[in-house]
Amino acid sequence: MANYWHEDIECMDLAEMKKLQSERLVKQVQHVYENVPYYRAKMDEKGVKPADIQSVDDLHKLPFLSKADLREAYPYGLLAKPLTECVRIQSTSGTTGKRVVAFYTQHDVDLWEDCVARAITAAGGTSDDVCQVAYGYGLFTGGAGLHGGSHKVGCLTLPMSSGNTERQIQFMRDLGSTILCCTPSYAAYIGETLHEMGLTPDDISLKAGIFGAEPWTEEMRRTIEKSLGIKAYDIYGLTETSGPGVAFECSEQTGMHINEDHFIPEIIDPETGEVLPEGSIGELVFTAVDKEAFPLLRYRTRDLCKLTRGKCSCGRTLIKMCKPMGRSDDMMIIRGVNVFPSQIETVLIEQGYAPNYLIEVDRRNNSDTLDISVEMSAEQFSDKMKDVQDKEKALAGAIKTMLGISPKVHLVSPKSITRSEGKAVRVIDKRKLHD
Amino acid sequence: MDTIKQFSIFVENKQGKMAEVTRLLADAGIDLRTLSLADTRDFGILRIIVNDPDKAETLLHENGWTFKVTSVIGIKVPDVPGGVASVLEALNDADLNVEYMYAFVNRTPGRADTIIRVDDETAALKALRDHGIDILTAEEAYDA
Repeated sequence: MANYWHEDIECMDLAEMKKLQSERLVKQVQHVYENVPYYRAKMDEKGVKPADIQSVDDLHKLPFLSKADLREAYPYGLLAKPLTECVRIQSTSGTTGKRVVAFYTQHDVDLWEDCVARAITAAGGTSDDVCQVAYGYGLFTGGAGLHGGSHKVGCLTLPMSSGNTERQIQFMRDLGSTILCCTPSYAAYIGETLHEMGLTPDDISLKAGIFGAEPWTEEMRRTIEKSLGIKAYDIYGLTETSGPGVAFECSEQTGMHINEDHFIPEIIDPETGEVLPEGSIGELVFTAVDKEAFPLLRYRTRDLCKLTRGKCSCGRTLIKMCKPMGRSDDMMIIRGVNVFPSQIETVLIEQGYAPNYLIEVDRRNNSDTLDISVEMSAEQFSDKMKDVQDKEKALAGAIKTMLGISPKVHLVSPKSITRSEGKAVRVIDKRKLHD
Repeated sequence: MDTIKQFSIFVENKQGKMAEVTRLLADAGIDLRTLSLADTRDFGILRIIVNDPDKAETLLHENGWTFKVTSVIGIKVPDVPGGVASVLEALNDADLNVEYMYAFVNRTPGRADTIIRVDDETAALKALRDHGIDILTAEEAYDA
């Protein structure tokens, strides 16, 4: 079974992988030191010379790059190739601050699309498939990345972009799409719309979905898999490192294989910056060893994660990362407690609610307030006031058990929480407006 | 028919929501026979009896309102002191609990027609009849 895109790399033994990574790293450090004054200054400040980096074991000697560095160096400060050799830019959504602009040479685009091709292949994709790309197209890496990867694999590619859900479903039916690529929240929405149109998974031919670009839970995976009749695969990436395809899930669905021949991962203590042993939870850091135009070294992703290496039933030897357990950007500190939206989502799905919610945090009388609006289905509604209030109380109780702090739960009508077609807006922190 | 179709509509506590749903029904020519509103700080439950339940059900569904159709009992309560009390006593004697109740306005002189919601309708209807209390049929409720 043609299960791999690059079998030699994806199933490479560890010693060989380390050798490949080391060769690339040594070359890359030299390239960056010579061409990126911003990073050279950081290395000089730390007293590290390219000659100090002889193998991946020396990686920890290099200085980190953070999102703040990217903002400071915007737009050309981290560029390592002349613009004349660059063929593309992509950009972040800018939801957490100033945009990040990443540059690509043709080599970088090929490398990125190959990484996505590995992901599509791992999800069972071949040139026989019809791949519907419903990520947003444009500066966002989702559309471009999956589009390019789908081309590489040779799938018939439907460049739908996001939105116009009924048309998505119509194309899905008319052209027999077998693979859907979009954000998980949009996949859930397509599933809902399908059922609202009076259709079932039997009316479509989808077999797999490749979903990423936002956090999602196992419960949400099950909801999507059921509503669309597919197997749902996670894909990970960030614009800073190239885009989706840095890591991808195989059929085992127990973590994402990192394309570590291109992106060397580390887990560090977010406070001290110290590298943590395998299996520890900490901040995920990537070093891009084969990119030319925008080769970030030791880039701190701010994703909290865990790495595990071991033989996978799919045959791949690539190291695995777990689903990020939260992003320091998403983390809210409410009444002194760390709260991640994904925790609240988990409770909602356990309690039988659709994962459509809005978290509002505010501060009244010097005390933090947590209000969660949750959509209630017609089946969950009752003509008896007590039943509805009991539901609110039960949900608030379950969330309190999970978080350790009491929220106020508000049940609202279906579809009353604005659904975004790209990244879902889940949190409004009004405290920031007052401070 | 002895039980009446009641619509309970989930109405978020936002300005204009009540007007929106009642206008929707009005524009379709649906007449409200009676209504009651139970409310909290966040939301209300608008309970209504209409002249054309089938049409109302389709309309509310098509327009995406969250609602439940439940059957309730209509009672012709004599408009005299103790009228309601005797109804409640009849139900109490049969160990039946009333979830909520509300009245029609301006119907037949001398009578205060009332809607009650109980869990066991069969038992309630029997208890009421055993006490000689007149039941309002669905047709009477819808046609007024």
